[in-house]
Amino acid sequence: MTLRNLVHCALAVALTFAGLAGLYLELGAQFVGFAQILVYVGAVAILIVFAILLTRSHEPLARSIVSPGWVASGLVAAAVFGILAWAVRSSGVSAPPIPPRPAVAVSQIGDALMSKFVIPFEVIGLLLTAALVGAVTIALRDQRSRK
Amino acid sequence: MTAPVGFLLVSALLFAIGLAIALIRRNAILVLIGVELMLNAANLNFITFWRYGANPEALTGVMFALFSIGVAAAEAAVGLALIIAVYRHFNTTDLDRIDSMRG
Repeated sequence: MTLRNLVHCALAVALTFAGLAGLYLELGAQFVGFAQILVYVGAVAILIVFAILLTRSHEPLARSIVSPGWVASGLVAAAVFGILAWAVRSSGVSAPPIPPRPAVAVSQIGDALMSKFVIPFEVIGLLLTAALVGAVTIALRDQRSRK
Repeated sequence: MTAPVGFLLVSALLFAIGLAIALIRRNAILVLIGVELMLNAANLNFITFWRYGANPEALTGVMFALFSIGVAAAEAAVGLALIIAVYRHFNTTDLDRIDSMRG
């Protein structure tokens, strides 16, 4: 968050995503953990690195990497964390005994995707297609008009 | 500290860091990274409550996290394409210099 070099920021965020995948595996959600590794560490981090390299400007580094109102913004973020932590600590969520680790096979997830969640599955396929086509269109528009 | 509270605290910390990045940094790509971190915090909450919740066999939390990962991927692709388009226009990704609509 305080790193000056953008590429270092991208690598740090990839590390964060990998750590989150480890947390998912620890929680017993194998499929989500590996999907996290594939999608975030594999795709989103690379996409961010590409965007950073494509938009690397030749102008000298800005005077400051933070926006003018950074003190207030930092206070807001700290307050949000304080409120969330207070809510988590004061709720009774820590009371129940730890249930046994649910054994979820990947085939169960596949069955659920194809039976109970088939409509959201189709919708997200459509959304991904539309979003990727839109992304390519937006990124290409300038070049086509320049020709 | 018992297990769900630890995970929830990690999630809250991740959300706060994402919020701080999105509010503080001036580079558009880093603001997008902050948004991604906040989405990941929400995913961690989904998985935690699925794991320690009442009915883990229903798979609802896992499904929601999977769909959320898909939506986040689409959002990252569109957001980065927009950033590249804006960069072509303004020749900078500094959000404080993209002010042609300032009144």
